Amino acid sequence: MPVPHTAFAPEATTNHALRAYLHGLPGVDEVGARARAQDLSTRSIKTTAKAKAIDLAISMVDLTTLEGADTPGKVRSLCAKAALPDPADRTVPHVGAVCVYPDMVATAVEALRGTGIGVASVATAFPSGRAPLEVKLADTRQAVADGASEIDMVIDRGAFLSGDYLKVHEEIVAVKEACGEAHLKVILETGELVTYDNVRRASHLAMRAGGDFIKTSTGKVAPAATPPVTLIMLEAVRDHFAATGRRIGVKPAGGIRTTKDAVRNLVLVNETAGPDWLTPDLFRIGASSLLNDLLMQRTRLSTGTYPGPDYYTQD
Amino acid sequence: MAERRENKKKGAAKAGAKAEAAGTAAGAGAVPARLAVRKTYKLYLGGAFPRSESGRSYPVASADGTHLANASLASRKDARDAVGAARKAFGGWSGRTAYNRGQILYRVAEVMEGRREQFAARLVDARGLSRAEADRTVSTAVDRWVYYAGWTDKFAQVLGGANPVSGPFYNHSAPEPTGVVAVFAPQDAPLLGLTSVIAPVIATGNTAVVVTSEKAPLAAIDLAEVLATSDLPGGVVNLLTGKAAEIGPHLASHADVNALDLTGAGTSAVEFEKAAADTLTRVLRPGPEAEGGEDAWFDADPGTSRMTPFLETKTVWHPVGV
Amino acid sequence: MIFEYAPAPESRSVVSLRETYDLFIDGEFTPARSGEYLTTLNPADEEKLAQVAVAAPEDVDRAVAAARRAYDTVWSRMSGAERGKYLFRIARIIQERSRELAVLESMDNGKPIKETRDVDLPLVAAHFFYYAGWADKLSHAGLGPDPRPLGVAAQVIPWNFPLLMLAWKIAPALATGNTVVLKPAETTPLTALVFAQICQEADLPPGVVNILTGAGETGRALVQHPGTDKVAFTGSTEVGRQIARAVAGTDKRVTLELGGKGANIVYDDAALDQAVEGVVSGIFFNQGHVCCAGSRLLVQESIAEEFLPRLKERISKLRLGDPLDKNTDIGAINSAAQLERVRELTATADEENVERWSPACELPERGYWFAPTVLTGVSQAHRVAREEIFGPVLSVLTFRTPEEAVTKANNTPYGLSAGVWTEKGSRMLWTAERLRAGVIWSNTFNKFDPTSPFGGYKESGYGREGGRHGLEAYLG
Repeated sequence: MPVPHTAFAPEATTNHALRAYLHGLPGVDEVGARARAQDLSTRSIKTTAKAKAIDLAISMVDLTTLEGADTPGKVRSLCAKAALPDPADRTVPHVGAVCVYPDMVATAVEALRGTGIGVASVATAFPSGRAPLEVKLADTRQAVADGASEIDMVIDRGAFLSGDYLKVHEEIVAVKEACGEAHLKVILETGELVTYDNVRRASHLAMRAGGDFIKTSTGKVAPAATPPVTLIMLEAVRDHFAATGRRIGVKPAGGIRTTKDAVRNLVLVNETAGPDWLTPDLFRIGASSLLNDLLMQRTRLSTGTYPGPDYYTQD
Repeated sequence: MAERRENKKKGAAKAGAKAEAAGTAAGAGAVPARLAVRKTYKLYLGGAFPRSESGRSYPVASADGTHLANASLASRKDARDAVGAARKAFGGWSGRTAYNRGQILYRVAEVMEGRREQFAARLVDARGLSRAEADRTVSTAVDRWVYYAGWTDKFAQVLGGANPVSGPFYNHSAPEPTGVVAVFAPQDAPLLGLTSVIAPVIATGNTAVVVTSEKAPLAAIDLAEVLATSDLPGGVVNLLTGKAAEIGPHLASHADVNALDLTGAGTSAVEFEKAAADTLTRVLRPGPEAEGGEDAWFDADPGTSRMTPFLETKTVWHPVGV
Repeated sequence: MIFEYAPAPESRSVVSLRETYDLFIDGEFTPARSGEYLTTLNPADEEKLAQVAVAAPEDVDRAVAAARRAYDTVWSRMSGAERGKYLFRIARIIQERSRELAVLESMDNGKPIKETRDVDLPLVAAHFFYYAGWADKLSHAGLGPDPRPLGVAAQVIPWNFPLLMLAWKIAPALATGNTVVLKPAETTPLTALVFAQICQEADLPPGVVNILTGAGETGRALVQHPGTDKVAFTGSTEVGRQIARAVAGTDKRVTLELGGKGANIVYDDAALDQAVEGVVSGIFFNQGHVCCAGSRLLVQESIAEEFLPRLKERISKLRLGDPLDKNTDIGAINSAAQLERVRELTATADEENVERWSPACELPERGYWFAPTVLTGVSQAHRVAREEIFGPVLSVLTFRTPEEAVTKANNTPYGLSAGVWTEKGSRMLWTAERLRAGVIWSNTFNKFDPTSPFGGYKESGYGREGGRHGLEAYLG
């Protein structure tokens, strides 16, 4: 690939320079982007390909609970499920990570000790992000101190929509610094950004500011991870890699409930960013109910019979 | 020069008498107080009035055989030059606003109205019409320009529109001029018929190369003078006086001619249509009015039937999204 | 991880092929007087699919006579509302049998099932549905208070969209009260013959639709038959010329939908990812067997260096192979003859020192295949920039200014389609206004709809199919 537009990310971090850069990115035609995502959704992934895709998808799941009613007990049972998704079948891989609120990080870290599964914590006044920067940073530092290996931050959508790209950028930089060794996933909350042009701009802004992953949604706003949004973010990481040599991960979250949805996401990855992104290091799926559907489809493929939900743990 | 007649036959004096009555002193045989200035009839090409490059002319007689004048006998090369002039004028003319084209066509009507006398006299000569018939024909011809002046900014609305496609697209069809139209004007309707075939072609933004009535070409050149003084850009209408059978094949097969109006092509029409096939040139075949005189063209509302054959429908799609 | 898609073949079991198919005349299948049959193959594996009758001139006489009889005695006398109901009925049967027809079309034509299933068949049904509704509203079509049908229409269609082209021809003809004799292409007759069965299933009066299979001779006999009132043809410009010549001096009306060499203009401010998609679908949709294909890419010089690698990377992801595999993007070339033509024309590029690129792409051993191909360094003078290749071959040219783009785009005897890619509305409209082509796709390409008129300028033919405009071709 030659040097794409994204290579011209400005040296200077001023709002003016960021604006010039982001508004200079190629536009996204909404209808065309939807059509491409729709076209890829007709890929028919069957038999052996489906079996591989299911296991890959399981290994990419960020098994998530983000409820006000979460308790240590609920988190512990989620962690047990993460480590051993199907007690009846030990060949099932473990999930990518467990994703919880900051006050549950310590519980999750304890429960997952020795499994190799990381704990991701939402932070920065998730999901709205409406808190002073110092509060957001404290939120982040606490989660990292408690053992979170990944931080899922939210951007300030209000600042983004009002054109204050510098504020969004500076917050990401600050949170990244607060993360230390932990990986930073930047949640764009694409449902609030509304246009695909904004999704593309926010993606590049987050990558330039140092995010390790760009993530679609909090799961608290609809629409969440729609295929066109994921497509555009995958194009963004592809272009960023071509420009900088640095691979950024993508995490669609929210609304991915079925095996079909998950496999469609993998097809999007495969045919947009490419096979290099088909690893939990670079692609995650934020979900809660998806895992059981993946497990049921896995059983269906290996046994040829349709399983019932009663045979899978509900946590 | 074969076509050029040896001398002026008996009719010369008679024609002269009619045309020059105003300038003739009273009393037969008297020395005229002033010798009338006759008009030389030339072609109308690219806004200018050149003679045929061939140097040829041919005699034009009145309905009763009286010699009226000599007309230029257009050649193959004149036809070629006319197509070149029409092509050159096409971009500018089709690019004018419809309103502006309407204004210019209306201006043609205004200028023509001011020269009613001349046109009526010409029809009396050429077709042997009564003065009343001639007046009515001229009136209708003037009104026809007014009629098409009004069409310029309406046909696109009548013939085009939005198409409700099944998908997130804005989709719109609009008619556009096809380009250069070679018009074989009716042989027996030298003014109203001529006007009726030219006006719809240029009202829609096409440019025209017109082969006039062979035996009654003089009104066409009078009309050219009207066109030349009506803000119509040079080259939009080019008039060739002469023989359709001689220059027609070159126009019909010309690869830079987009359409043919074969109304006055007579027995050559089939041959021309065949020649047109090689470059898929659009063809309007001769209709029932082709054989008639001026009275075949009196219908006050010709409708769109002489415009649509020279229009292309362009459909544009564009996504609708944010 | 390498993510291989396992084979995902659509089942052929929905199709039941007969050994032989006869002509459909006057509501019945009847052997050709010639007694001759031709074989139609699956171009993806060269396996024989069926034998179809070759109509002789006497068969054309019979079919035209049947169509005339049906016109005089039934179809022209029936109320528009009732005619429309037959078309609605046909549209519904097509929807019901759409999977069968899609599979059969892919087998006979070689195009991917993804396209027959998601594009061809939905459009076929939609076309009948659209024109069905016109049948009792013709006085509102802007063609006069009481427009009349012409009579018997002779219709000849190509092999690239066999059933869709049939729909484009038959639906408006029947809605306007004409009867038809239609000849499908020699290499793709099968869905037309199933359509004949559908006419029977719909109880369409005998003779309203007649289907004559055969090759060029049959088509010639049909378009030259003195007993018809209308000729509608879609196919090559060369045959279009012959038809235009043949009807000269007759009262027959003609519509011709011929070749093209469509330009796809990509301005430097285009939405690049969508432009790449549009360029890809513009030339590789249906293996490039599309008269309105965007076979000339005109990319602005200032982004050419960035655009072409993006384009090539995207083309590398196209999946070529079994047309019945649901993941196939590019199927087989329709015939040995067409493959030869594509090869021959593309070879001229090699001789003219044009740079030729194809992705790493394994071609199946049997069948007719041609890898997607991009030719760069092409100028207007090269044959590949001027002649219609009708295959998956894209010629890439560059331009510097909008004027130059338009000049190059229009610098062809054809004028069927063009594409414009820009995020600037005024530039799009400026460009669309100047392009001499019947269909302009801006920020999209190869979109079709029954309500949208389709047809060309210049040597791409005349007349329009689709929409209200499409009625005009069948009414006097």
